[in-house]
Amino acid sequence: MEDLIIIGAGPAGLTAGLYASRARLRTTLLERVAAGGQILTTDLVENYPGFPEGISGFELVDRMKRQAEKFGLVIQNQEVTRLELSPEKKVVVTDKGNLECRSLILACGAVPRRLGVEGEGPFTGKGVSYCATCDGPFYRDRDVAVIGGGNTAVEEALFLTRFAYKVHLVHRRDKLRATKLLQDRAMAEPKIAIIWDTVPLRFIGEAAVDGIDLKNVKTGETSHLAVHGIFVFIGYDPNNELVEGLLDLDEHGFVITDNEMRVSVPGVFAAGDIRSKSLRQVTTAVGEGAAAAFAAEQYLEGLK
Amino acid sequence: MADLLQVTDENFDEEIINSDIPAMVDFWAEWCGPCRMVGPVVEELAQDYNGKIKIAKMNVDESRQTPARFGIRSIPTLILFKGGEVANTIVGSHPKDFIDEALKKLL
Repeated sequence: MEDLIIIGAGPAGLTAGLYASRARLRTTLLERVAAGGQILTTDLVENYPGFPEGISGFELVDRMKRQAEKFGLVIQNQEVTRLELSPEKKVVVTDKGNLECRSLILACGAVPRRLGVEGEGPFTGKGVSYCATCDGPFYRDRDVAVIGGGNTAVEEALFLTRFAYKVHLVHRRDKLRATKLLQDRAMAEPKIAIIWDTVPLRFIGEAAVDGIDLKNVKTGETSHLAVHGIFVFIGYDPNNELVEGLLDLDEHGFVITDNEMRVSVPGVFAAGDIRSKSLRQVTTAVGEGAAAAFAAEQYLEGLK
Repeated sequence: MADLLQVTDENFDEEIINSDIPAMVDFWAEWCGPCRMVGPVVEELAQDYNGKIKIAKMNVDESRQTPARFGIRSIPTLILFKGGEVANTIVGSHPKDFIDEALKKLL
């Protein structure tokens, strides 16, 4: 039986793995595709301390992985399909078999939230995107729309100005939620046009997207915006399929923990984007990963 | 990585469309983080299916006509070909088993 299993190899899981390995816990980290997480979609991380020139999301997470492996962390490619959680024993059922452990850290992360408008699903990959760094270059000299007004939406709108002819930022309120620095950059960028108080009604096109129907939430007026690409950044939904019904979740489905990252079952901890909290950043993910590993270590000590 | 067949706009038809065996092309770019996540999975599959399915990569920065021809607007995208026709398209990063299932259907 393992001392600790960590699910998810993003910044939270890798940091938990680093701390657990250095604490000499028998630890396995399970990841369904490959190390990465949300941060892979970030072109340049500018707010992770220690990298004044910024660092690419890929390079940052690759360094985290190598650092954790250097101290003995074992990362296995397995997809977890079910969990059985009891105070005495945790069973992790994967596509390759059953694993047992005394403690468990959930670092399963989150995925970009879908808008839920007509045309969104059918046009995903055909003009609708959730990753500007992946798909931005396909829109050289085209008009695109970005939906949202938070940090990610504004950052990605700024990134898209490298390629697009015009970036229409469609936001449902009359001011942006993004941090002031990003707001100032967006306001100063001639390629960005902000459409205030407006929500998308449906995405339109034939083989691929060629426009959006919009509605002004204050006046009720509807309009059409011709664009080739629509980038949706309206927040995140937790990857909570494994723990629904097993753990306490907040109203949006994120896992509730205490200050030590403990969840509602003893010996289970959560860290990173899956956790109920207000700030989802690499900086918060790594801190929580470290805290969760420390809490797991303390829990295991208590079992002896 | 070095061993994996790299196709371009110039040799795409010759290598993929006219291939005697089914084929899969991984459309990727250096600037795409999730593509670098899928990359190692594609390399493993290329070994697993060596001689049965031709597995290749296309850098969409260097070759722009082929991605446009297949309407690609998101990467990573994997396109599976059988007899020169598109048999399946997989957009985004997926686990190895998911791609493996799709490849099995080509045989």
